[in-house]
Amino acid sequence: MKISKEEVEHVALLARLELTEAEKDTYTEQLNTILEYAELLNKLDTTGVPPTAHPLPIKNVFRKDEVKPSLDREEVLANASDAEDGFFKVPKIV
Amino acid sequence: MDFTHLTAHELHDLLVRKETSAVEIVKAYSKRIDQVEEDIKAFTLLTRDRALEKAELVDLKLSQGEEIGPLAGIPMGLKDNMCTKGIPTTCSSEILKSFVPPYDATVTEKLAKAGTPLLGKLNMDEFAMGSSTENSAFFKTRNPWDLERVPGGSSGGAVAAVSAGEAVFALGSDTGGSIRQPAAFCGVVGLKPTYGRVSRYGLVAYASSLDQIGPVTKDVTDCALVLNAISGHDALDSTSAPVEVPDFTKYLQNDVKGMRIGVPKEYFGQGIDTKVAALIQQAIAKFTELGAVVEECSLPHTEYAMPAYYLIAPAECSSNLARYDGVRYGHRAEQAADVLSMFKQSRAEGFGSEVKRRIMLGTYALSAGYYDAYYLKALKVRTLIMRDFDKAFEKYDVLLSPTTPTPAFKFGEKGDNPLTMYLSDVCTVPINLAGIPAISIPCGLADGLPVGVQLMGKAFDEGKLLQVAYTFEQNTEHSQQRPALGVR
Repeated sequence: MKISKEEVEHVALLARLELTEAEKDTYTEQLNTILEYAELLNKLDTTGVPPTAHPLPIKNVFRKDEVKPSLDREEVLANASDAEDGFFKVPKIV
Repeated sequence: MDFTHLTAHELHDLLVRKETSAVEIVKAYSKRIDQVEEDIKAFTLLTRDRALEKAELVDLKLSQGEEIGPLAGIPMGLKDNMCTKGIPTTCSSEILKSFVPPYDATVTEKLAKAGTPLLGKLNMDEFAMGSSTENSAFFKTRNPWDLERVPGGSSGGAVAAVSAGEAVFALGSDTGGSIRQPAAFCGVVGLKPTYGRVSRYGLVAYASSLDQIGPVTKDVTDCALVLNAISGHDALDSTSAPVEVPDFTKYLQNDVKGMRIGVPKEYFGQGIDTKVAALIQQAIAKFTELGAVVEECSLPHTEYAMPAYYLIAPAECSSNLARYDGVRYGHRAEQAADVLSMFKQSRAEGFGSEVKRRIMLGTYALSAGYYDAYYLKALKVRTLIMRDFDKAFEKYDVLLSPTTPTPAFKFGEKGDNPLTMYLSDVCTVPINLAGIPAISIPCGLADGLPVGVQLMGKAFDEGKLLQVAYTFEQNTEHSQQRPALGVR
């Protein structure tokens, strides 16, 4: 086993996903299947091979720090479940 | 005259000759949607009134003697992961069911400026994760060639709509084959441009280093026209490439004499249907007959592309989808007592099982203690896959393979093992890892189901792909085949 049910529970917390018991069992099984498959990569010696995170050789794309029009606040807040006085509203934190 | 079988360039000719109007064309497509949509279910939302308004503007221009562009008045659809201002954009997910973007994606804006009426938004696998469109949270889209089969995915709605004559063209997105695989399954032309060729601004992100928007069309000429309309550097997408965009229609030349075509032997491995392989051999024979030099070649790291992809794509997905927290947009769980529970419950209720699976996998691959073993290892393998292609393109102009190992499969056929479904993308995934362009074009029918041949090119060499694809199309009848769809 690559990943245990306890690890699945930990990963679910990191991913902010509430899983049912049935989901935990299913994902434990399925993630193991996929991770077993990923073992194939270890057949390859990648010593000295640089990683590629991105297919284009573009780095640090900057723009001028200028004021430009931005999205309308009311239109943006219209998509939120809860908003008040121009702010997003969430359940009490402290 | 039945407009719904015609291509964009054929309709454009009718428009400029004043043999029809843009409004008539939109009405014809609207009628076609009424006739077949109940069976196909390609659209998540129809915007026919807006399409008519747009068409009226084009007709006004024509009546005033103004010139119109090649896509003006040509009705189309957008995969529902491209933002449309004021029009819901759902990604076929419960979590974005009520999301109405306050802005347009760059491609949306470009097509609007080109005068194309938007008929509606198109169904997809939730967040573009899937290969059959069965992962849509709303409904399944059916393959116009056989209603018991999947259209492919994740751009299943886009491709089914074009195949069924419900739209002249559509835009899809392709992260591991999501334009090309369904294009092959439904017998249309689908292009994944070079990474960075088309702006991703306003495309809801799945895996940002792999995602690319591209055209789904009835023929290669339309593909070039749509690519012309959507390509180009965009200051709003820092990963869009600052390279010049040629006029792609210049490459529509019926000539492959002396062209060097490599056929990577690894793409004909286990799992490939014998009838698919036979049609690909026929395509190869056709290219040889037309004067191309076709040779077998090798991309030795091909077998590692799938496992690398299924670490890299989920890793990027887990990061990208962290934004769905129920705060700024999207579904929020109602009864949560505190913020952490709200995040967890909103995401549990809003995401479907494949999306959760990939978030879990990606979170694991990026987590402390596993990052080097999985994610970093996959990125190194990605380098080796890119080098394979670089080496092959030193010798060949384009590479040729099947787009998919089999024709369209039946609903539910892939069962519960996610790997079985993933393997339907085995011929398309390496291309996204390398960032290069690839096109799928129809190359015949196997037991009445379309099969696609895939052509791969050097980065930013879509022109050559179009030339090779166009030549094939002009010398075969495959792209004229349309499904014999029952009309209600």
